[in-house]
Amino acid sequence: MTADIFIQVLVSGLLIGLIYALVAVGLTLIFGVMDIVNFAHGEFLMLGMYASFWAFALFAIDPIVALPLTALLLFAVGVIVYQTVIRRILKAPMLSQIFATFGLMILLRGLAQFFWKPDHRLIPHSLVSGNIALGPVQFGLPQFVAALGAVGVTGALWMFLHRTRLGTALEATAIDREAATLMGIDGQKMFALAWGIGAACAGLAGGLIATFFPIFPEVGSNFILIAFVVVVLGGFGSVTGAFLAGIIVGLIEVLGGFLIGPEYKTAIVLSLLLVVLLVRPRGLLGKA
Amino acid sequence: MTTGTTLSRKAPISRKAMGTGALLALAAVLPLAITEPSQQNFLILILMGAQMGVAWNIVGGYAGQVSLGHAVFYGIGAYTSTMLLTTLGLTPWIGALAGGLLAALFALAMGWPCFRLKGHYFAMATIAVAEIMQILVTNSDFLEGAVGLYLPMDRGGWGWLIFLSKLPYYYIILGLLVLTVLVSWAIERSHIGYYFRAIKDEPEAARALGVSLTRYKLIALSVSAFLTAMGGSFYAQKEMFIDPGSVFAGTISIKIALIAILGGVGRLTGPVLGAVILITIEEYSRTLFGSTGSGTDMIIYAAMIILVAVFSPSGVLGLLGDLRRHLPGAKPAAVKTEKMEVRP
Amino acid sequence: MNTAPLLAVDGLGKAFDGLVANRDISFVIHHGEIVGLIGPNGAGKTTLFNCLAGFHTPTTGRIAFEGRDVTGSTPEAAAALGIARTFQIVRVFQSMTALENVMVGAMLRNKRVAEARDRAEEELAFVGLSHRADTPASDLTVSEQKRLEVARALATEPKLILLDEVMAGLNPTEVREASALVHRIHQRGIASIIVEHVMEGIMPIAHRMLVLDYGAKIADGTPAEIAENPAVIAAYLGE
Repeated sequence: MTADIFIQVLVSGLLIGLIYALVAVGLTLIFGVMDIVNFAHGEFLMLGMYASFWAFALFAIDPIVALPLTALLLFAVGVIVYQTVIRRILKAPMLSQIFATFGLMILLRGLAQFFWKPDHRLIPHSLVSGNIALGPVQFGLPQFVAALGAVGVTGALWMFLHRTRLGTALEATAIDREAATLMGIDGQKMFALAWGIGAACAGLAGGLIATFFPIFPEVGSNFILIAFVVVVLGGFGSVTGAFLAGIIVGLIEVLGGFLIGPEYKTAIVLSLLLVVLLVRPRGLLGKA
Repeated sequence: MTTGTTLSRKAPISRKAMGTGALLALAAVLPLAITEPSQQNFLILILMGAQMGVAWNIVGGYAGQVSLGHAVFYGIGAYTSTMLLTTLGLTPWIGALAGGLLAALFALAMGWPCFRLKGHYFAMATIAVAEIMQILVTNSDFLEGAVGLYLPMDRGGWGWLIFLSKLPYYYIILGLLVLTVLVSWAIERSHIGYYFRAIKDEPEAARALGVSLTRYKLIALSVSAFLTAMGGSFYAQKEMFIDPGSVFAGTISIKIALIAILGGVGRLTGPVLGAVILITIEEYSRTLFGSTGSGTDMIIYAAMIILVAVFSPSGVLGLLGDLRRHLPGAKPAAVKTEKMEVRP
Repeated sequence: MNTAPLLAVDGLGKAFDGLVANRDISFVIHHGEIVGLIGPNGAGKTTLFNCLAGFHTPTTGRIAFEGRDVTGSTPEAAAALGIARTFQIVRVFQSMTALENVMVGAMLRNKRVAEARDRAEEELAFVGLSHRADTPASDLTVSEQKRLEVARALATEPKLILLDEVMAGLNPTEVREASALVHRIHQRGIASIIVEHVMEGIMPIAHRMLVLDYGAKIADGTPAEIAENPAVIAAYLGE
């Protein structure tokens, strides 16, 4: 492998890794706050992609311009899902919790298939298109913008969690729910907020990749698995861990795909999960 | 214990046994009344679904370890028996057993790291394992990759379990379902069944009573894997063609879990009911909206699952039990007997 | 009590991420002995239990059971050796009846369901819960659930039973019954270590008391000696 190719691989891995980080951040936040894994997280991303698609197809709004709308819409979806389904299963047996979000996953996929057909769709001309060449290294402008957006959103989320009262309360709930309740933090409000923000993050990731990724009802299934690997590697509930792990997973995916074969890249990333579980079950930054 | 309690415990067995006997007799004569091949095929699909669901229930229901990657075992079963048949000319009678054993071994290997994860995350890990396997098989030249495998057309009869009519397949899968139910029933009644429920309810307390979580979770997963793989071998024999998309796909895993969840997890008959519901919805939505899947079947059973999760964690069977309890004139004892253990 | 010790703990310490919960604790327990384990909240009593029952691996020190080193063994291995426990916050198997809960305990020694059932019925009778045998465990009162946990632990045929606050929240009559139950456990030759805040429940029956404060053992003696020990009085007054 020459130096040029190596740098190319690094850049590609970094770009996709940042997107993975953004998807995983929402998943880990929800898990951290309430110990529930959202199996429908990939479907939130799918909804974000379709939101961008329809904004473009119906109103000719560019996906990048539509991002704030996508975020708001998905925030609302997250809160509604929490209020209608999740709130009712907080104290239910674990099996019911799994079934509820798993059912939600199937429901959202089914609805997307029913209303929007199982076809793969693309957004043809976005504001961002074409390639950038930096010396020998080339990458797509949409990928670059998406990665930049992912850094921005994750950064904003980090600032929110560490620099605002509401965010600190949310972070405190994630770290120690009982202690947070004792400190007078309203658990229900935090849970709803976590779902809203978690869904918005996934939706934003969807909106960001809609410019270069095919849009179809089952698009979430790949991302949820990779996000899951990221969460495990980063350590359950750790936003910073998820960010670092997202980048690592992106790099491993591209590097592995390059060295072993692109058809195996997903398998390589998923195998990483088993390695982490065997070697360091609590992940990079997870609590023991 | 007084004799009274013992008697009241014994009573439901005979009723249960009679019910089971009647159901079996009905199942045995049903294809004599329903002779239309497509309708017989529909019955076969229900029995296949029930068999998968009952097998899944051993680990997902009794032991409470939700696997959303059971297609991996189904696929191993289908591919092992088919490969042994096409390359070595081995009868599927042996091939299915070999597939079951291989799947059980695979379950032990994957369970070792994955059972370090609790609950939700274990479920996710099983999806990941199944996905890895699908990718590997799709890219394997040895297994003909995405092209798939055809069973030889030149053989037939009970020695090779290949038939032109649907009827023999019906009785084979009925037999496999009965076997699967018997295994699960034996587990439910033995100490293993008690340990599974203990692990599901309170794993730490189970450990304090000397129950090795890893050992019993591995037992649950490997037994379930063995039976699921047999179902996979049956699929290969019936369809005469398999490819990664038809036996290793994530949708298979989802279907297996859905059947058990819908009917009611941790109950012997729950998955059978689940299969009747799910396969019927699936087939009807196909005839109504076309085979490419407009997603209506998914919407219907997803909605049912969410309702079941929110309102009755014990599935449709539990829901029926609740209804019966609230019906005027219902004897409370009749409901309670379901919870009781049968006694020899 | 001049037999060889059943349990010998030597220099046991346990720290979580640098936070010391137990430090340099040493004591012995003899066969059939009733030992009270007391101390202010956060003194490290439950951590000590978790180390003894195999739920935590001690950071330092040794635990020997019947002369065999069992330091850092698993809970299931500890149970098999004959160390049983109850939980401070009850953990009954919710989906099972009271009888089935105890059967799970009995299955440690006898995997045959019918025989485990007979054994479980005996233990339910021993703790006075026979009339609740077929009641779902989730429908029992907390006090009944605590007794159910004792029956379940006894069904594993332990040599040592660790009772974690079995008297908390009981009324005076129930406390007397619980004390009597502990005494009957002793009569079966089973040693017990009892974490308890209810002094009137533990002081009359304990042969010996261990007192922890800030993770360390500060006293070890008869209930009468403990009651007059200045360090113990200081620890409790300082709470």
